[in-house]
Amino acid sequence: MSEILPIIVAKYNYWLYIILMMIGLYAMISKNNLIKKLVGMNIFQTSIILFYVSIGYKTNATIPIIENAHGDSHSPHELIIHAADYINPLPHVLMLTAIVVSVATFGVALALAVKIYQRYQTLEEDEIRMRLTEE
Amino acid sequence: MHWQIDLIILTFTIFCALAAISVKDLLSTAILFGAYSFMMCLLWAVMGAVDVAFTEASVGAGVSTVFFVAAVFRTSRRTKD
Amino acid sequence: MLQQYSEQAGGQKIEIHSSNHSFALWRLLLYATADFPAWGDPNSPANSYLSPHYIQKSIEETGVPNLVTSVLADYRGFDTMFETAVVFCAGLACFLLLRNFKQKEENFYRHIPTGVIIQFKKGDKTLPVGKEFEHIDTEWIPYDLIIKTVCRILIPFIQLYALYVVAHGDFSPGGGFQGGVIFGSSLMLYAIAYNLRTLVQRVKEKLLGLFCAIGVLIYAGIGVVCMALGGNFLDYGKLSQILPVDPGHIRAYGMLGVEIGVGITVMAAMVIIYVNIVSIGRHDEGL
Repeated sequence: MSEILPIIVAKYNYWLYIILMMIGLYAMISKNNLIKKLVGMNIFQTSIILFYVSIGYKTNATIPIIENAHGDSHSPHELIIHAADYINPLPHVLMLTAIVVSVATFGVALALAVKIYQRYQTLEEDEIRMRLTEE
Repeated sequence: MHWQIDLIILTFTIFCALAAISVKDLLSTAILFGAYSFMMCLLWAVMGAVDVAFTEASVGAGVSTVFFVAAVFRTSRRTKD
Repeated sequence: MLQQYSEQAGGQKIEIHSSNHSFALWRLLLYATADFPAWGDPNSPANSYLSPHYIQKSIEETGVPNLVTSVLADYRGFDTMFETAVVFCAGLACFLLLRNFKQKEENFYRHIPTGVIIQFKKGDKTLPVGKEFEHIDTEWIPYDLIIKTVCRILIPFIQLYALYVVAHGDFSPGGGFQGGVIFGSSLMLYAIAYNLRTLVQRVKEKLLGLFCAIGVLIYAGIGVVCMALGGNFLDYGKLSQILPVDPGHIRAYGMLGVEIGVGITVMAAMVIIYVNIVSIGRHDEGL
């Protein structure tokens, strides 16, 4: 037990992210409603973003805003900064833009769904396929 | 950071995700998806990614829910699964 | 949980066992986590090559305490420029997909002194909306005094907060993306509390399109100005030749300009997407 516990503490986050990702994948593949599929896509996306952000996490480190550097910083060279004291900002930057792009794509996808509804009067995939074969 | 807080929020997130894809009303899905985004935002705040958490709070839990409700208003609430 | 999803495509039956697939992938990824570094390890590969340079040199090279902003707008400014272009394209795509210039078939007006409701079957006849007549939505009537009053008080503060978020992106969490989204959602709140028509009259569609393009233009323009002054694209240090500010802070000012561009584009794109979705591109009635 004493050997397993450190492994669990070190890795359980990743396992739960994978569960979340598979929930998204399952919804994307097997749900019949187009908007449900979009929700699945977003869950998938956010779980990957979560994974990236958690890679940058460091224990015993603070948020990536340099302390004592606000205001009049005429002598920035005197400031001694250790990289281990601050969380890695690089994944945050990449994922911050990814979130905004994800909402933009979500908007376009919803616009497509609205357009499909206008034409076929339904959002269910099998009903849309039925209408397509009728035409 | 305490791993207990992280674990509790992560569990809530997974429950919100499961509920959002399994509930049979798209308006409820919209609200549950907003709750999911907010839980995600809390998780990032706990992890120290304050900028990402701020973005998610304004984008994911705010604007994306509004888009969702707007799309449901213009389509239908009905879903078979 | 096993759900079979069958499809009849050209006489050939394809079956996808979706949950089986996700289970298999789940097991595979679970196996892969064995090779991951421990959670929160300061010496993991992601934390060891480039990011120590960003953390240690950022304040010296750019003078901005918020590392995320300095990496976002300075070290990786080119990346962010195209992310902004993606948001611009999303606004454009929603406009092109949904915009419908045909007017609605029916129009309803209320004669305010008498309360009589007038209906026009053809869309071409309209009445002057003012003290005498008011427009009535057919699908959604959001008249509520409390919501209107509260939103009228609240919206200026939300917009002020959005501007604060954009302006303080260098020193605290925030920046162009967040500020732009908050500003855009204040306009959406206005549309929800009052009327979509009121918003469209106040904030014209052309203005939104113009803003959406101007933001990207500001971003790219700052890069081109830096290039014209003899530096690289988005090399804000060269701006000190034309801006009379402290050279130690010049990069912070360059980033502020870039963030303003991002904020304008994001704000306009969000409002365009919302207005187009909620009125199916007719820009008259909506939530």
